[in-house]
Amino acid sequence: MAVPATVLKPYSDTLDLRVTDSSLRDGSHAKRHQFTLEHVVDIVTALDDAGVPVIEVTHGDGLGGSSFNYGFSHTPELDLIRAAVKTAKRAKIAFLMLPGLGTKDDIRAAQDAGGQICRIATHCTEADVSRQHFGLARELGLETVGFLMMSHSTTPEELARQGRIMVDAGCQCVYVVDSAGALIMEQTYDRVAALVAELGDEAQVGFHGHENLGMGIANSVYAARAGAQQIDGSTRRFGAGAGNTPVEGFVAVCSKLGVTTGIDVRKIIDAAEDVVRPVMDDECLLDRLSLTMGYAGVYSSFLKHADRLSKRYDVSGAELLIRAGERKLVGGQEDQLIDIALEIVAERG
Amino acid sequence: MPKVSAAIVGSGNIGTDLLYKLQRSDLIEPRWMIGVDPDSEGLKRAKDLGLEASHEGVDWLLAQPEKPDLLFEATSAYVYRANAPRYKEAGIKAIDLTPAALGPYVVPAANMDANLEADDINLVTCGGQATIPIVHAITSVVTVKYAEIVASVSSKSAGPGTRDNIDEFTRTTSKGIEVVGGAERGKAIIILNPAEPPPLMRNTVFCSIPEDADRDAIAASITKRVDEVAQYVPGYRMRGAPQFDDPSDVMGGMARVAVFLEVEGAGDFFPPYAGNLDIMTAAAARVGDALAAVRLGA
Repeated sequence: MAVPATVLKPYSDTLDLRVTDSSLRDGSHAKRHQFTLEHVVDIVTALDDAGVPVIEVTHGDGLGGSSFNYGFSHTPELDLIRAAVKTAKRAKIAFLMLPGLGTKDDIRAAQDAGGQICRIATHCTEADVSRQHFGLARELGLETVGFLMMSHSTTPEELARQGRIMVDAGCQCVYVVDSAGALIMEQTYDRVAALVAELGDEAQVGFHGHENLGMGIANSVYAARAGAQQIDGSTRRFGAGAGNTPVEGFVAVCSKLGVTTGIDVRKIIDAAEDVVRPVMDDECLLDRLSLTMGYAGVYSSFLKHADRLSKRYDVSGAELLIRAGERKLVGGQEDQLIDIALEIVAERG
Repeated sequence: MPKVSAAIVGSGNIGTDLLYKLQRSDLIEPRWMIGVDPDSEGLKRAKDLGLEASHEGVDWLLAQPEKPDLLFEATSAYVYRANAPRYKEAGIKAIDLTPAALGPYVVPAANMDANLEADDINLVTCGGQATIPIVHAITSVVTVKYAEIVASVSSKSAGPGTRDNIDEFTRTTSKGIEVVGGAERGKAIIILNPAEPPPLMRNTVFCSIPEDADRDAIAASITKRVDEVAQYVPGYRMRGAPQFDDPSDVMGGMARVAVFLEVEGAGDFFPPYAGNLDIMTAAAARVGDALAAVRLGA
């Protein structure tokens, strides 16, 4: 039996896949947005030295995310971006923004701080709210990436339609974003393949995985087979929910499969253990709450909020998350978790 | 009893829903409905209800021998900016439902009476109408250094205007929280949720409060204000009681009150889930009634 081609479309002449590390953005959720300049300098230094080509740095909920609803940042994110840019010798620094939360002014400010790649995220059926932001980002000369969040919740065909909207607005790479960590192998493949078929050579396709069903690396390999050219992960899984696809694990698997990522396996393994882990408050685990999220299809960054609210209101965190899934909450509706907690308390009488 | 005459400019969904609300007014008689599309469903409905309806735009309206006392603008910010000087020249008082924000921001349950003299009145945004009364109720009791609102609306109720310029929502609402709500700094977040069946509009208001604030007085002020809004938006209600939290690092070291609101539309033209659209037309009708009362000397 022939081994299937692992990478359908190489990223460039030198890289089969381009990996973006999101420890300093998605990891912000796990760190409850308390990153300091020292954390950023330490992690960027190590990842850059290991050859990670793109490092994302922002509040977990994107530019402007520092708020009551999502949690205030310890250090302003523009300062964190500036520190990352100053520290990186080779890596490009990316930032995330969500229309409806961040604005065009935030994109300008992030570019002024040295950010080079603008990643714009919408719920997977609402891409049309991002048009003006992609337009501006391209006008400013930024590289652009589009995030279709909660991609498990719609069909491959609909994702292709939404990806088309982003690309027509100026997006250069559309990501299938498995925000709930709910996709399973072929489901990832089909979604990436539908976007690749729709976009052809007009734009790239990427995949952003979470570990809530333990599928991050497997899904990323399936995504590459379907034609994805960019893959997200977080070193040591440092991210929301059970964490993101572990970069060091994915790079090791790629090495075994003969796929070039440009990242040094030994160095990234060391960075995970020696540099990233000490910054984390806790290991990102596939525990009761995070597994419940993957199982119920719930946005990963709800985890720390559910955990905190379960203590504040003495309600089951798993019950909170199950009801969030039943209400079909989307990314950004953290406030509704408090409403659910009040509902459970009221039912208890 | 005499009534003041009114025109609705913009025969889309908002204009049509507003028409049904104005029909129930004791003080306003909607007489003209203006659009630009001869096949407009809104114009057809207006004709059926006995209004003069034209698809020839404001040129037609301003050429009529009789001018309306009040005009409700339900077009777009771009169109309204062009129309506003012509209304002023014709001596017509305008209530602006677009985000053009030429006139003062008005939220009926917060600052309406102080602004009835203006040439035109701007209604901020749907999220602003739903949340600014609560911010104002809190700032009436304590100093609020920072107020933040999260508006969740169903995808089906978010039209192309909102989607093409979502920054305008966040910017205008944030400013309204400060200027009308009285918070020192405002922030607004909007979320579109595509769930089926479409969920009702939800709004959350977070305000920083002093650590030693009289929490009972704040809660009482909020509850009273919710009742006041519900007088002109019948489907406006609070879910649970206001929630108070002590300062912590993720709360930026501030004590906080959180208020959870739901808006069920009256179902005039929009389905009930579209409370975000209902609250705009209900606020417009409320401001219209207030202006009509002044004009009639009531």
